[in-house]
Amino acid sequence: MDLALAPETLARWQFGITTVYHFLFVPLTISLAALTAGLQTAWVRTEKEKYLRATKFWGKLFLINIAMGVVTGIVQEFQFGMNWSDYSRFVGDIFGAPLAFEALIAFFFESTFIGLWIFGWDKLPKKIHLACIWMVSMGTVLSAYFILAANSWMQHPVGYRINEERGRAELTDFWLVLTQNTALTQFFHTITAAFLVGGAFMAGISAFHLARKKHVPVMRSSLRLGLVVMIIAGMGTAISGDLLGKVMYKQQPMKMAAAEALWDGEAPAPFSVFAYGDVDKGHNKVAIEIPGLLSFLANDDFTSFVPGINDVNKAEQEKYGPGDYRPNIPVAYWGFRWMIGFGMASLGIGVLGMWLTRRKFLLPPGLRTGEDEVPHLVLFKKPLSPKFANLYWIVALWTMGFPLIANSWGWIFTEMGRQPWVVYGVLRTRDAVSPNVSQAEVLTSMIGFTLLYAVLAVIEVRLMVKYVKAGPPELTEADLNPPTRIGGDDKNPDRPMAFSY
Amino acid sequence: MQLHDVWFVLIAVLWTGYFFLEGFDFGVGVLTKLLARDRTEKRVLINTIGPVWDGNEVWLLTAGGATFAAFPDWYATLFSGFYLPLLLILICLIIRGVAFEYRHKRPEDRWQTNWEHAIFWTSLIPAFLWGVAFANIVRGVKIDENKEYVGSLLDLLNVYSILGGLVTLTLFTFHGAVFTSLKTVGDIRDRSRKLATRLGAATAVLALVFLLWTQVSQGDGKSLIAMIVAVLALVGALGFNLAGREGWSFALSGVTIAAAVAMLFLTLFPNVMPSSLNEAWNLTVTNSSSSAYTLKIMTWCAAVATPLVLLYQGWTYWVFRKRIGTQHIVDVH
Repeated sequence: MDLALAPETLARWQFGITTVYHFLFVPLTISLAALTAGLQTAWVRTEKEKYLRATKFWGKLFLINIAMGVVTGIVQEFQFGMNWSDYSRFVGDIFGAPLAFEALIAFFFESTFIGLWIFGWDKLPKKIHLACIWMVSMGTVLSAYFILAANSWMQHPVGYRINEERGRAELTDFWLVLTQNTALTQFFHTITAAFLVGGAFMAGISAFHLARKKHVPVMRSSLRLGLVVMIIAGMGTAISGDLLGKVMYKQQPMKMAAAEALWDGEAPAPFSVFAYGDVDKGHNKVAIEIPGLLSFLANDDFTSFVPGINDVNKAEQEKYGPGDYRPNIPVAYWGFRWMIGFGMASLGIGVLGMWLTRRKFLLPPGLRTGEDEVPHLVLFKKPLSPKFANLYWIVALWTMGFPLIANSWGWIFTEMGRQPWVVYGVLRTRDAVSPNVSQAEVLTSMIGFTLLYAVLAVIEVRLMVKYVKAGPPELTEADLNPPTRIGGDDKNPDRPMAFSY
Repeated sequence: MQLHDVWFVLIAVLWTGYFFLEGFDFGVGVLTKLLARDRTEKRVLINTIGPVWDGNEVWLLTAGGATFAAFPDWYATLFSGFYLPLLLILICLIIRGVAFEYRHKRPEDRWQTNWEHAIFWTSLIPAFLWGVAFANIVRGVKIDENKEYVGSLLDLLNVYSILGGLVTLTLFTFHGAVFTSLKTVGDIRDRSRKLATRLGAATAVLALVFLLWTQVSQGDGKSLIAMIVAVLALVGALGFNLAGREGWSFALSGVTIAAAVAMLFLTLFPNVMPSSLNEAWNLTVTNSSSSAYTLKIMTWCAAVATPLVLLYQGWTYWVFRKRIGTQHIVDVH
């Protein structure tokens, strides 16, 4: 069969499309849940109205986003059975368990408490209502942990044995699957990256309003919160990325050699910042290299030997039999660079933003119109032209997309860099597809999901824009005086609900 | 009782939970066209399930995840075999979830009408298809010696499975109508009760034929008991509905669903998916299950998590126990 339309290729495309799309919503869900919970906590503790307005504003954007995250997540679970049935048969004993744990422990939490949070404003006392959003937040983090443990097992299988009689892998140590270093570092990296997304999202949208001098008290607090989160999360992402890189060098040398397009091993090995020419053919047209850095990233030592693609390919051929064990080199090489580049750029802009919005840059007290004021971003003593002064706000707005791009490429790199394996060293991708599913069926579902996702993307983005532009809502009497009894303590049975679909 | 038998029961319980809970919210989705006279009434219906439909849907994800972990071969054969119907269900569930969340987020009439159509169809289609799927599982499908489904889409559409689909569709809609009469006040509550009577009568006829067919073709003593319970509960639900005892009626329509699911699983056991080609190729609880170690871990997880889930989901229903009517609907989008 034509390779371009082989069920394996189509199934991989479908998995790639549905997963990357799903993962546009996941990091924002994880981080916005926690940030909204943080803002609501600030309201409950200080009773400052700006925090309640911020909670309602970011909470609404969070809900628009999580709706898409939830519905696109359903596809992920069933796709294994639909397109990858031989994978499911082979690893279900191991891979199924964290998935079931995710559903039982995390999804139930998330989905039940989100219902309570959305509809509970006039049904629950303040503190219990606050606890609900924290429960949602906990659910999102737990969910990420279980799914990353499952993915880490595919990257670095541990705690299993092969049962020849049944022709499958069987679990021998579940604790090891949950706590192996791959799982923990991937979790650390993914969570920090998720908060980078949320921080940039918050900073960008706040910048949009502040540039227009609208909703200043709410947006100034949000901007600072977003920037702090961006900086902490950005540094966390860099540290966790370094840890994860070292783990990968040991466990998947091919992936990291591909990430560097390092064809033959070197000692010391340089880090290639940018390569001009065809990285698929060789490593010879490199424009910028940092000597010894790759050795350091791999082994914490500037002079050590790092094996290249050809070395690893030869070693794997000896171990697993004849074949080509190289992933798609340009995708791995560029994916790795886009990930780091956009991630680090977000961190840099966060630091710059933090510095520019210091108290020092606020208007002098005499010129202020309110308690909070928009910083006017003066780098020099003389006032800047308005166009130049607005540049930072525009940059902040654009930065919203950076961590998302970094995240997507990070996943593409992680998953494509593992090819031709679906479970590294254990099961090849081509042996994992459903043998009884026809090309037409996979094509139908791939086109179906892609079209549906495209339509939903337009709807979602337009809805987001509408609610972003609308700004934080005005507060009502009901918002400020929540009930003190569970179920609501309203004596008037005909009073309208605080929230309804 | 061995662990794989325990997990067979637990998966039956998870599907029961799913059909009980999402059953009524599918039903409410269908009723938005059958019962509501205007947009405000539609919104009343949608808001009766607003706080809980998402939690209800997780029962499906848990049933799916548990099948994957406890019976990987069942999971693989079922979802690769029933590929296109499952695809249709997934697409419906995607649109449905977004429809609930987005319908009220813009004031335009066309926007809201489109999402309301979506809620109706994406509730109706899965409610029907789940019945088709389960009828096929019980009846047996073309499974070869490698545990692969080798039939076609048309093999899944036969008189028995379509009847099964009509049973779940009417049963869920009836269950939903009983739920809305329990959760609403005013005119809509009265009409909902009247509609429930008619839906219940239709359900009774279809369910009786389907369950008898199942019992005669592959039932035993235990499944007969489950069938009798299902039928009696349905009659009881109808009776309590006529008497205006909505709580009892809802409890009994739930028992009907539970007993019907129990009956299907009882006729399956010890198979999980029989082969219509050769009995030796049946997927059974022993040849499709995970290792004892995995099942043990899963059992611990379920033993700790399930009571908690029931507790906090139950609490949600308690928090939102008040009836709602058109007067409670906020006039903003």
